[in-house]
Amino acid sequence: MDFQLTDDQRALRAGVRELLERRLSAPGSSRGSGRAGPPGSAPGAEDGLDRGLWRQLGEAGFFSLMLPEERGGVGLGLPEAVLAFEEAGRVLLPGPAVASFLAAGEVAGAAAGETVVTAVDGTLVPWLAEADVVLGDASGAVPLRSVDPLTPLHRVPGTPGAGRGVTEAGRGGPGGPGPGVLLYAAEQLGSAARTCEAAVQYARDREQFGRPIGAFQAVQHLCAQMLVRAEVARAAVYAAAVTRDPLEVAGAKLLADDAAVRNARDCLQVHGGMGFTWEAQVHLHLKRAWVRAQLGQVAEEAEEALASAL
Amino acid sequence: MDLTYTEEEEAFRAGLREWLAAALPKLPAKPSPQDWPGRRAYDTAWQRTLYDAGYGHVHWDASPTQRLIFLEETEKAGAPYVGANFVGLLHAGPTIASEGTPEQRARWLPPVLRGDEVWCQGFSEPDAGSDLASLRTRAWRDGDHYVVSGSKIWTSHAEVADWCELLVRTTPVSEAVPKHRGITWLAMPMDAPGITVRPLRTLAGSTEFAEVFLDEVRVPAVNRVGDENDGWRVTMVTLSYERGTAFVGEVVACRRVLGEIAREARGNGLWDDPALRRRLGRLAAEFSALWRLTQWNVSEAQRSGGVPGVGGSVFKLRYSHARQELYEAAAQVLGAGALDLGHEWSLDRLSSLSYTIAAGTSQIQRSIVAERILGLPKGR
Ligand SMILES: Cc1cc2nc3c(=O)[nH]c(=O)nc-3n(C[C@H](O)[C@H](O)[C@H](O)COP(=O)(O)OP(=O)(O)OC[C@H]3O[C@@H](n4cnc5c(N)ncnc54)[C@H](O)[C@@H]3O)c2cc1C
Repeated sequence: MDFQLTDDQRALRAGVRELLERRLSAPGSSRGSGRAGPPGSAPGAEDGLDRGLWRQLGEAGFFSLMLPEERGGVGLGLPEAVLAFEEAGRVLLPGPAVASFLAAGEVAGAAAGETVVTAVDGTLVPWLAEADVVLGDASGAVPLRSVDPLTPLHRVPGTPGAGRGVTEAGRGGPGGPGPGVLLYAAEQLGSAARTCEAAVQYARDREQFGRPIGAFQAVQHLCAQMLVRAEVARAAVYAAAVTRDPLEVAGAKLLADDAAVRNARDCLQVHGGMGFTWEAQVHLHLKRAWVRAQLGQVAEEAEEALASAL
Repeated sequence: MDLTYTEEEEAFRAGLREWLAAALPKLPAKPSPQDWPGRRAYDTAWQRTLYDAGYGHVHWDASPTQRLIFLEETEKAGAPYVGANFVGLLHAGPTIASEGTPEQRARWLPPVLRGDEVWCQGFSEPDAGSDLASLRTRAWRDGDHYVVSGSKIWTSHAEVADWCELLVRTTPVSEAVPKHRGITWLAMPMDAPGITVRPLRTLAGSTEFAEVFLDEVRVPAVNRVGDENDGWRVTMVTLSYERGTAFVGEVVACRRVLGEIAREARGNGLWDDPALRRRLGRLAAEFSALWRLTQWNVSEAQRSGGVPGVGGSVFKLRYSHARQELYEAAAQVLGAGALDLGHEWSLDRLSSLSYTIAAGTSQIQRSIVAERILGLPKGR
């Protein structure tokens, strides 16, 4: 047993991070960059999907990571995909990345990032208007005023969790949650780790009462709990990537959702009034975490699945 | 990220399983919880059995992964716990092994391995708990002895121990000597004159630990491990000796209990309550993740050649909370039955209240995580 990242996996993670950070903090592409933009010019989905970024990700092999080499892919496994999506979660990569990833090799141009693919997921469809291909039945879809400015959402009729429009991207087949669930969990994990780092950084820098707020135990303990949530979720997500056991996947999604949402909230708290602003990136992590918690597999489904196996 | 065990590890597991299947039926009946001499005899006999079978050294010599397998399999098989051997095997022993002289190792280690001698830990004092370094039990030199006076508290197994790993103050705190500096580590024979052990009753009703009063107890100076005034460092060397395996058996046990709680709920109709089902489902995710985190930490220790990380604090914070939550769920399932101490879970629920206190409270663990892992400025 050696449940740690291999050197290759570390290198892959570093490579993806470098690519995403370079690209997402480039001028003119301020989305999710981690930089506070000028007031009033906050990033928004109304800017549309950054197709240049999409193609660049395709060129880098992001979408074809798990596609066998003989089909033009990188030929890696789910653990590597999870590491890549963790990085996507860190930087709030906008776009239907999970659906496009799962469509690589199935939908022409998806692997290369030429074709943007989205999928019906329960009653939600992210990025419907911008996508070239929609998997599942999106008839009757109506736009929502999405809480997440970086994720346009449509709603389709039906009941949540009833399995309507089940696609690989979403709830998986009858055998349990598909890899898409775990990729969402990986994004949640990346977000949870990122908001923990951001809170710690802010707690070191921001001074009140003549000392860094990170010297106050109440703040320290918030940060400590954030790390605990992220690290417990990390163990669950990585293990599920290795075993692909449907119950481990369900548990990983549950804990990663929780870590992402609660860490974002604690991060906001640590930022004080700044955390409540549009410019600080914290709200984007919280809103995206809320969205992802509704995608793939929701808490109720995961908990019921886990309970029925007891 | 490899979760499969090597052939060698699997062979170790298979051999252990086979041995356990043969050894456990021969165990004598469990003594009653209040029969301390009986419990000591039971626990030490088990250690002797392990020793004779070649498993006595597992905690000291085996790789972190083998220890994980050992703890997992013994728990699954329902083997006895380390019990009264805890301090000897997991704290005092490793301390002596790493800091003691050859003579000290030869004197103290073999009897621990054979289950002949039991140790207790005399660290905490009435006025020194979380702030352990502020301890005040005094020791001064008198010829080839130290003379010790003061009192210790919460000393588990003090009633049945042969030895106490004792922290004493040999140099008073002053401007020049900070509190961590004047502390010395001594092995105190528990039958020395001047020692009074007063058992303390826990909220679970048992006498797990005791107050230990020390009135001019003479301890031979050769029983000092490490240098005089270097006891804090000597102690810290092994404080996280467990290398990620501290709660392996407990996590296995929690998963078993969760299954039993679900069975109980299915039987008594509460299973129809979706809120309860979801609560139990979430706990299943929790303990599954804690198991994976254990494997993660053990693999990390294995890679780093056994250097313990601070990851243990992250684990303990979540685990102690989850285990308390497990018994709250059990109480929900038992309903009024949770008020009956005749039910095992009711007693376990009471015991679980100590998990966020013993071995570093959750507040102290959070401060450790914040300062030593996250690098936040020293708190106040
Ligand atoms: C079942 C059990 C077995 C034990 N066995 C042993 C044993 O064998 N040998 C031994 O030496 N000891 C033993 N202990 C003692 C244990 O290590 C101490 O109880 C523990 O370190 C806490 O110390 P305290 O009880 O004095 O609480 P205190 O330190 O007085 O703490 C009281 C409260 O204040 C909080 N607090 C204290 N300091 C801070 C701070 N800096 N920041 C924030 N909050 C703070 C604590 O978190 C806690 O909530 C045992 C304890 C238990 C419960």
